[in-house]
Amino acid sequence: MTTHLASAASQGSATPQGNAEVGRPRRNGRRFGRPGWFVYGCLGALLAGSLFPFYWSFLIGSGDAYTIRDPNMSWLPGGNFFANATKVLSDPAVNFWLALWNSVFSSAVIALSVVFFSTLAGWAFAKLKFVGGGALLVFVIATMAVPTQLGVVPLYILFSELGWTGNIGAIIVPSLTSAFGVFWMTQYLRQAVPDELVEAARVDGANSLRTFLAVGLPAARPAAAMLGLFTFVSAWNNFFWPFIVLDRQSPTLPVALSLLQSNYFVDYSIVLAGVLLSTIPLLILFIFAGKQLVSGIMAGAVKG
Amino acid sequence: MSDTTLTPRRDAVSAARPAPPPPRRIGFANRVSRLDHKVAPYLYVSPFFLLFLVVGLFPIAYTAVISFMDWDMVRGTGTFIGFDQYAYVLAQPKFWIALRNTFSIFLLSSVPQIIIAIVIAAMLSQNLRAKTFWRMGVLVPYVIAPVAVALIFSNMFGDKYGLINTTLADLGIPAIPWHSDAFASHIAIATMVNFRWTGYNTLILLAAMQAIPGEYYEAATVDGAGRIRQFFSITLPGLKPTLIFVIVTSTIGGLQIFDEPRMYDQFGTGGANSQWLTISLYLYNIGWGEWNFGRAAALAWILFLIILAIGVINLLVTRSLVRDGTTAKARERRRSTLPPAAAATPVARQTQEKRR
Repeated sequence: MTTHLASAASQGSATPQGNAEVGRPRRNGRRFGRPGWFVYGCLGALLAGSLFPFYWSFLIGSGDAYTIRDPNMSWLPGGNFFANATKVLSDPAVNFWLALWNSVFSSAVIALSVVFFSTLAGWAFAKLKFVGGGALLVFVIATMAVPTQLGVVPLYILFSELGWTGNIGAIIVPSLTSAFGVFWMTQYLRQAVPDELVEAARVDGANSLRTFLAVGLPAARPAAAMLGLFTFVSAWNNFFWPFIVLDRQSPTLPVALSLLQSNYFVDYSIVLAGVLLSTIPLLILFIFAGKQLVSGIMAGAVKG
Repeated sequence: MSDTTLTPRRDAVSAARPAPPPPRRIGFANRVSRLDHKVAPYLYVSPFFLLFLVVGLFPIAYTAVISFMDWDMVRGTGTFIGFDQYAYVLAQPKFWIALRNTFSIFLLSSVPQIIIAIVIAAMLSQNLRAKTFWRMGVLVPYVIAPVAVALIFSNMFGDKYGLINTTLADLGIPAIPWHSDAFASHIAIATMVNFRWTGYNTLILLAAMQAIPGEYYEAATVDGAGRIRQFFSITLPGLKPTLIFVIVTSTIGGLQIFDEPRMYDQFGTGGANSQWLTISLYLYNIGWGEWNFGRAAALAWILFLIILAIGVINLLVTRSLVRDGTTAKARERRRSTLPPAAAATPVARQTQEKRR
């Protein structure tokens, strides 16, 4: 911090208007000068640090079974990545392609369903007055503190009686709604739509469905997109329940990864090649939707 | 948008007014409309609640029922045995080891994580070039599945050939038994959690930081407060509600930790001496290793009660801690130097800024 201050000060005094700037607080930076190299250095190191594990995985994943034990391991990747990746993709015990499809399908269905139910309920909680509404909302928020672990035993009993164990439906059904989603949409709609607008629509003779479609839905769109994105990512990464209820015949990607380790615990080159393969889909999503994820987290923070 | 769609209708209504429709029809339409507005809210929330009842609430209640039973897997029913399962679980040394491990990992992951997140957020809140790039940069680990993170890191923390011990050996430092030593394994697992979640919490804290009015800092500068002083007297108290939010959510999540300890070795049972056995992992081992659902259900309820208790304690401690962090003097000064306009709530400011 102090180094940064010193460098910022020296930069500042070099410019004509520098003196006025030096003493100013920069935390709320938009209006003020640029930070010094120290901050960029720290952030750059941080970024490198968070990317390093992937590079390390690539080093091992592109080598062979002995790379990891080689004390003079090269810092340049070997040439076996595609061979290792092919082994993962064609391993019948891991079912990688089916796992990929299961992950895409279940996460997409869960995200759509959560967005749908949450927008409807959130609209009612945020903008329609009804007896018991406040109490119901408090109840929904309270259930957000309930851990997944509290439901898994009966859910497992239920799904095994239905014969759904090992079926992707057993992953989807328990996640079709989310208390967090309702809370999120309620918070957003409450501040995004002025009460006068809802009132005006009603005075103009619009029925409640029309009011929702014409006023609520357009306003909810940005928050709904973010909710969908977050639900998709967390459904994709979910492990505890899928690991319990799915088997190796039809896994999701995280479950398939866990199988990979039990299969090839000696050959880390194949395990880490599989890990890298499995991260590609969400990394692609991140390239396109990362900005929305960032603003979603930041928007949720202030409202939450 | 809604205005434009509704305006023609309003015109239509007023145009229709000169020729009044039969009175009975108005009454009927009125009644329908009133009914519509009374019933609609329930219609909107009921799909959520119906589903939630079946997949969310029923299992929770039924877990309580099962926890009082000796559950028979084959017959799909159980015999009532009171609190025996709870007594059994609480009498297991493994339970207490798992509890210790869970808390150890939780503290090792949440405390450093929040401190680091505040520091990074302070850096990100400056007027950076390529702001979005850096913000996205800290979020990259968040999209990687915990299972994938765990596989990568358990490899790097390997006792014999792991990157970290190899590097330590190069530096002449003796290797650390990352798997055989309990505390070392907690550090390794906490590192995975921190890797994935620090960036996420950074962005939450960054948003809260930016919602603190710049006038506070200007006033403090005029009063001669240095940057460090400003940080402790303005930034930290300003972050209070958000910090409470972050701490409570990371408690709920942290005490449930399963993925990372499960994937820390290829057996997934928490280590030969339960070095990194956590409550959730223990629950899995009882339920789907020993197939004893009654005990697993009891443990699930114990975990829930622990989370509730810690959540409440957290809330109380965080509240009083952060309040004490602001001296009465600083608070008074802030109140006296601020124009009323600057006292706008962070939420209002944030939304204003976004609309701009």
